[in-house]
Amino acid sequence: MAASETKFHVLAVDDTLIDRKLIEKLLKTSSYQVTAVDSGTKALEFLGLNNNDNQDVEVNLIITDYCMPGMTGYDLLRKIKESSSFKDIPVVIMSSDNIPSRISRCLEDGAEEFFLKPVQLSDVNKLRPHLMKRRMQTNVNKRKAMDEIVSPDRTRARYNELQVK
Amino acid sequence: MEVGQMQRRLVDYTKSLFMEKGFLDAQFLQLQQLQDESNPDFVVEVVSLFFDDSEKLLNDLTMALDQPNVDFKKVDAHVHQLKGSSSSIGAQRVKNACIAFRSFCEEQNIDATLRCLQQVKQEYYLVKNKLETMLRLEQQIVAAGGSIPMIELGF
Repeated sequence: MAASETKFHVLAVDDTLIDRKLIEKLLKTSSYQVTAVDSGTKALEFLGLNNNDNQDVEVNLIITDYCMPGMTGYDLLRKIKESSSFKDIPVVIMSSDNIPSRISRCLEDGAEEFFLKPVQLSDVNKLRPHLMKRRMQTNVNKRKAMDEIVSPDRTRARYNELQVK
Repeated sequence: MEVGQMQRRLVDYTKSLFMEKGFLDAQFLQLQQLQDESNPDFVVEVVSLFFDDSEKLLNDLTMALDQPNVDFKKVDAHVHQLKGSSSSIGAQRVKNACIAFRSFCEEQNIDATLRCLQQVKQEYYLVKNKLETMLRLEQQIVAAGGSIPMIELGF
């Protein structure tokens, strides 16, 4: 199966049952495969268990609530970004509180987006570019690894053809 | 009553919940729009979760405010949760009552917070009643072989 045909797999993290149900429905409606857990600890466990040599289950994006007991969404973000295995997984934060300093801190520390709750379908639509970009990047890296070395001159000629009018 | 009449009654009832009294906001419409054939009970399920969650929180709040030394941080945490779930379901008046409640928690004002608790309870039972009525109307329509009409409101 070509990589472009596989559904994106999103890991959703929220300690509230209602919000977990809601985000799961929003994501499924947008044709994502979803795994929903109720804590940051469980999220890390899930990632760890599946990050073996097989890599049968891949997580393409993590969407997490900010306010959670124990490990907050921000703590989870930091742990993901500090991990060599997971740092490239895009992370999105959700929060019911509109606190500008909180929002900028999350974005500065690596969150791709910050959604205010209740999360809307229009918010979930914003996820696709981040997922597509990462999938294309992964594909490009794979192709580069397989390609012969291309001469610089040939590359320049190709760019000249791509004149944007 | 035939299906068409039931459907019209449901539409009118639902619209009144939005327009007249602001019991529900656009978030509730979102929930209805998310419901589909693969999950035909989605709204009922979410509403049930809201009822269970809220009743537990209201109990916790009653107990927390009944203490000789009220732990306002704890009270605020419960209200925060109730605000969140009411917001997620579109129960606008409950959410607004929670917002007011939180500001009095910050002030650590025992009289005001007790009044807020009464207010939140009142709003909760009102919206619970409305939602139950609405869901009953929907059930009747489905049982009679009809489909649930989509509400269009110009928000």
